Amino acid sequence: MNDLEFPMRYMMLIYSRESTEPLTADEDRQIREGHRVVMEEAARRGILHGCDPLAPTALATTVRSENGKVTITDGPFAETKEQLAGYYILDCKDLDEALEWASKIPTGCAGQSGCVEVRPFRNTAPPGQDRGSTSGQP
Amino acid sequence: MNDDLRSAIESVFKQESGKIIAGLIRVSGSFDLAEEALQDAFAAALIHWQQSGIPEKPAAWITSAAHRKLVDYTRRARTRLDKEDALAYETETSIAPEDPFTGPEAMNFPDDRLRLIFTCCHPAFNAEAQVALTLRTLGGLTTLEIERAFLIPEPTLAQRLVRAKAKIQQARIPYEIPPPRSLPERLTSVQKTIYLIFNEGYAATAGDSLIRRELCAEAIRLGRTLCELMRSEPENVGLLALMLLHDSRRDARVNPQGELVTLEEQDRLLWNREQIVEGLLLVEQALRMRRPGPYQLQSAIAALHSQAEKAEDTDWRQIAALYERLLAMQPSTVIALNHAVAVAMGEDLEKGLTLINRLGESASLDSYYLYHAARADILRRLRRPAEAAEAYKRALSLTANAVERRYLRRRLTAGE
Repeated sequence: MNDLEFPMRYMMLIYSRESTEPLTADEDRQIREGHRVVMEEAARRGILHGCDPLAPTALATTVRSENGKVTITDGPFAETKEQLAGYYILDCKDLDEALEWASKIPTGCAGQSGCVEVRPFRNTAPPGQDRGSTSGQP
Repeated sequence: MNDDLRSAIESVFKQESGKIIAGLIRVSGSFDLAEEALQDAFAAALIHWQQSGIPEKPAAWITSAAHRKLVDYTRRARTRLDKEDALAYETETSIAPEDPFTGPEAMNFPDDRLRLIFTCCHPAFNAEAQVALTLRTLGGLTTLEIERAFLIPEPTLAQRLVRAKAKIQQARIPYEIPPPRSLPERLTSVQKTIYLIFNEGYAATAGDSLIRRELCAEAIRLGRTLCELMRSEPENVGLLALMLLHDSRRDARVNPQGELVTLEEQDRLLWNREQIVEGLLLVEQALRMRRPGPYQLQSAIAALHSQAEKAEDTDWRQIAALYERLLAMQPSTVIALNHAVAVAMGEDLEKGLTLINRLGESASLDSYYLYHAARADILRRLRRPAEAAEAYKRALSLTANAVERRYLRRRLTAGE
């Protein structure tokens, strides 16, 4: 049970500037520690419904369906006119299956048609290892 | 290295490496391991063949050697993992070649190459990555040749390939032939990539002309492979025909001074007859399937040019009709421009000029050099030299391409 009587559910979206420089071990530790504090606290209160780190935008693919025609492009969603309106987290066999799901997701809820950016969670398929999923920890 | 050895290795590399690597990727599930295995196999061939002579089936030798390398890698990885007391490593069970009955032929399935083509041209990559991956894995071009053909520095190409391969692995782009429902679009993406490679080789831009010739040959080879693997797709046939017919004019397109020669002025005896004959047959074969598409229409247009013994014999009316159908299928200002030129040549110069002028008003063609060049050409034929000169000048100001500039300047001075 959570400790709120009438809870509202909020999506917290982390926007971060991508850098080509990897984090130093120290920075990485600090960030993990920061996440750990938030997650533990939120979990203790029973309000945590999931959190995961995403892979970088280099692995993103964007799906746009307009008038029944599906267009797939490399890279993240880049328009500033369209605003984030919701999300799905789905387990799929591979990118093609994910793209097929993405093409079925309606994007018109905010008024006009938009697109869906598909990005894998970080660490779900370590290179060179078998492809079973491991749970990603921020 | 003696010449026989060198040519044997080069020929396997150029002709067969796409086939071999396709099988290696399926077995290993990794582009990187497959490439490494193939490279190691070629290195082994160099040593072995020098000592014991070139084997009877060099490609089969390389294939077996590369598959054995894959098994070696897995063993090594397994030993390492065992030492580290890690979890079971499953890849080895999927590797077949330990079976003595599995010959090299059984390691190459035609489907593997099709899988590879579709993976390399996956729409989740941008065009540059599609081209780099396709040429690097399916084509018989070395990294150096790709760099020279596209005039890109080595680190850029390497980075593109690394990123693309990381995306295959980490976003899990499947190594599969797409299911029927997504096949048409995925096939379009494959055709587009092959045609892009061809055009890069065909465009009269700067760069090593020998390499550009290779690039066209490579695109034609890929087009042939696609036809072989998917025979019943008329657009595959149309694409191959289109490339063959364009390429047949290569030797006539540029004169010894390096100047661009228009279709009208080309010495048609320099056209490659063999390619034309094959191209024409393919156009017919495609059109008989009665599912017309943009590549087939373009190849039919190219075929009409190829069939005209002299420029004056060109069936411009039919070409205009084909452009009209193409325009309906694929609306674009460039096609509209070509249509207007065909109308000018086939029906009436004035009518063509009106169409072109109308295009210039409605579309953003003012900064497009071909628009002004085409307009200038019609004005010249209409014997309106002052206006023609004006348009040639405008076209000249819009292209930096030396070959095109020489052509335009020649026209300009001829008219003055």
